[in-house]
Amino acid sequence: MFGKLSLDDIPIHEPILVVTFLAIALGGLVVVGAITYFKKWGYLWREWLTSIDHKKLGIMYFIVALVMLLRGFADAFMMRSQLAMASAGSEGFLPPHHYDQIFTAHGVIMIFFVAMPMVIGLMNLVVPLQIGARDVAFPFLNNLSFWLFAAGVILVNVSLFVGEFATTGWLAYVPLSGIDYSPGVGVDYWIWALQISGIGTTLTGINFFVTIIKMRTKGMKMFHMPIFTWTSLCANVLIIASFPILTATIAFLTLDRYLGTHFFTTDMGGNMMMYVNLIWAWGHPEVYILILPAFGVFSEVIATFARKRLFGYGTMVWATVAITILSFIVWLHHFFTMGAGANVNAFFGIMTMIIAIPTGVKVFNWLFTMYRGRLEFTSPVLWTIGFIITFTLGGMTGVMLSVPAANFVLHNSLFVIAHFHNVIIGGVVFGMMAGLTYWFPKAFGFTLNEKWGKRSFWCWLVGFYLAFMPLYVLSFYGAVRRMQSYEDGSWQPLMLIAWLGAVTILCGIVCTLIQVFVSIRDRKQNQDLTGDPWDARTLEWATASPPQFYNFAHLPEVNSVDAFWEMKQKNGGTAPKPKAPYKDIHMPKNTWEAPVMGAFSTVLGFALVWHIWWLAIVSGIAIFATFMARIFNNDVDYYVPAAEVERIEREVQKRAEMQA
Amino acid sequence: MATDTLKTEGHAHGHDHDHDHHDAAGTKLFGFWVYLMSDLVIFGSLFATYAVLLRGTADGPTPGEIFQLPFILVETFLLLFSSFTYGMAVLAMNAGSVAKVRQWLLITFVLGAAFVGMEVYEFQHLIHEGFGPDKSGFLSAFFTLVGTHGLHVTFGLIWILVMIIQVSKQGLTDVTRPRILCLSLFWHFLDIVWICVFSFVYLMGAL
Repeated sequence: MFGKLSLDDIPIHEPILVVTFLAIALGGLVVVGAITYFKKWGYLWREWLTSIDHKKLGIMYFIVALVMLLRGFADAFMMRSQLAMASAGSEGFLPPHHYDQIFTAHGVIMIFFVAMPMVIGLMNLVVPLQIGARDVAFPFLNNLSFWLFAAGVILVNVSLFVGEFATTGWLAYVPLSGIDYSPGVGVDYWIWALQISGIGTTLTGINFFVTIIKMRTKGMKMFHMPIFTWTSLCANVLIIASFPILTATIAFLTLDRYLGTHFFTTDMGGNMMMYVNLIWAWGHPEVYILILPAFGVFSEVIATFARKRLFGYGTMVWATVAITILSFIVWLHHFFTMGAGANVNAFFGIMTMIIAIPTGVKVFNWLFTMYRGRLEFTSPVLWTIGFIITFTLGGMTGVMLSVPAANFVLHNSLFVIAHFHNVIIGGVVFGMMAGLTYWFPKAFGFTLNEKWGKRSFWCWLVGFYLAFMPLYVLSFYGAVRRMQSYEDGSWQPLMLIAWLGAVTILCGIVCTLIQVFVSIRDRKQNQDLTGDPWDARTLEWATASPPQFYNFAHLPEVNSVDAFWEMKQKNGGTAPKPKAPYKDIHMPKNTWEAPVMGAFSTVLGFALVWHIWWLAIVSGIAIFATFMARIFNNDVDYYVPAAEVERIEREVQKRAEMQA
Repeated sequence: MATDTLKTEGHAHGHDHDHDHHDAAGTKLFGFWVYLMSDLVIFGSLFATYAVLLRGTADGPTPGEIFQLPFILVETFLLLFSSFTYGMAVLAMNAGSVAKVRQWLLITFVLGAAFVGMEVYEFQHLIHEGFGPDKSGFLSAFFTLVGTHGLHVTFGLIWILVMIIQVSKQGLTDVTRPRILCLSLFWHFLDIVWICVFSFVYLMGAL
């Protein structure tokens, strides 16, 4: 009846998990109770869960990402605490089996359920506005993508309290993740969480690629697009080309585990090295999916706050395109030690080094944009400057790793950990924090508190260096990644410094939480009624904050880069206001089908993890039936009458005038 | 050709009062093309895996020992011919004849179903002989590659049924026409993938 699931799978003997569960259950009850008490279920369902509005989906992605950041950081903090304690024979507080789950969960959560939703959330919020569109190409799919992603999030979190998570590391290398060495359900949770959310990501990639190619406003040529849109376009190309490889690879692993096939087994003709090749053929483009949009954020931020056109727009675009292409021919540098031979290693080493060139072009473009600009040191700018320094450093340790001979020494050591945190925290996290601060007023209509934003930045910056510079040093003493304890007591001081770094980063996260709280409390003082709080340059600022659900009353016409800036210049420094007559606006309707499909996907994933076959079949049929309901539903769009548009526009303008 | 036809249709049925509204059918078709390209990457991974595992027969049968080319040839012609009949369905759609669209879709369905039936028979036969997907790396890759294609064809069959119902109930509209064209792309795409399967797996395996 319940497959492999029994009461023994509930880890009531683990005090950490029980306390966490109680805290989450209590918090969940409070939230559910509050929603019920204020009678907000209908509002939540109508305005958010079923919404096809790209701006709301963007916000939902970001909320989930921030919640998961807390979970992923809790894992990180436990690891650092364990290593600060488990020195010279001491076992620390985390037994190996638990510790292994934690580092696996940390990697999986931070990449798939924090970084990805932040990047995709920003794309949702910003890209349609930047290209002057009213929505994405496929609004239903956009909502479905979100719910498939949410299904993955739920499965990962369920694994905490029902059964276990993988102990294999975030990429679940075979043969360790095979059925012989990981007979439990941990790897199965990994499989279905990633498979389901990965399909959602592929749909997002297709959706935004088509949106950017097909739905740009009048006159906007490709080389008029803002850089964030360009980097998003390239990231989506990478998603379309690389996520199917992940889908196939996970499917092979699934077949090996469920049907006893021999793709990656050590015997019977299987080839485990193929797994490592396949997973990195996806995995390397994946890191560029994360970093390219972050590059886009910095480009927007620096041009806006330096009050200058971005230096080298064209080279910025071509550097992005070059990185996109190169990212597909470097994957082997993740396993130089596997034994592909000197020639193969040399090729991939050189290709990897070449990526540093377009990246360098970008760094100089940002520097030259600042040069002789009137740079305003707002918190997004601080994140950007912090990024330029930190990322350049991380890029250089990356070039060190790309030398195959050096890599044989550094492989699997803490050097690798320090390097990729150097680029992911310094690049993606700083980028997303800059983007969050920069576009927050667009999403909510009021700016974030600067004081707490700057505090958060300094904590993150200092915390990062404290936490990861010691790891570079430790790696030269022979410290490897994924170790639960160590014999050499002389490592402990450096481990303690790294722990202090984690504490400092915790302060940064707390500052961000306080920042959000304070900003909501003082929202009346920080209101943005103009829609353009930063005197910015691109089209998303040409409409109200938050934008009307149809984004633009009249679609803007564009004939240059920095279109909105030009508009303001021609109009004597202020943004032109939309005028009557208005036209009917064609908009998509909300969908109940997508969240329902997402819910059944979650059940399907859970049933497959635990081999509850009847439930898997039932939920599979339910997904299909719901999809059919969508297919036979022709009532998916409507027209907003011109009079209604006029009423909304007048209201927006009245609010702005009252402020003035 | 299909796209051109659609554009003219789109304009004929378009709303006059909204010039901002993008060409929805064209966007749909373009999006479907992009989806097909991503699907192609899945097949690319499958082919690459098959190539790597081809020699991993683990004392089991080699490709030459288990493939029956005449049987596969019949399968191949069924699928190729179904692509032709689907083409006829699109022509019938352009001519605006619901009855003929339905008729050609039905013929395509029968051909596709026969293809899947033969494949299931082949699989069942191999498993019965003791050459199931769990016998060697080569057989794992073979069953998965061919089976993934078969699964796609099966979804295509379901889609054809859906389109027969929708065309019968709703006629040829702005909703059903792009869907028929997308399905057309899907069906021909599977044909092309099958030609690769036939050449690389069966023909080269039988050499």
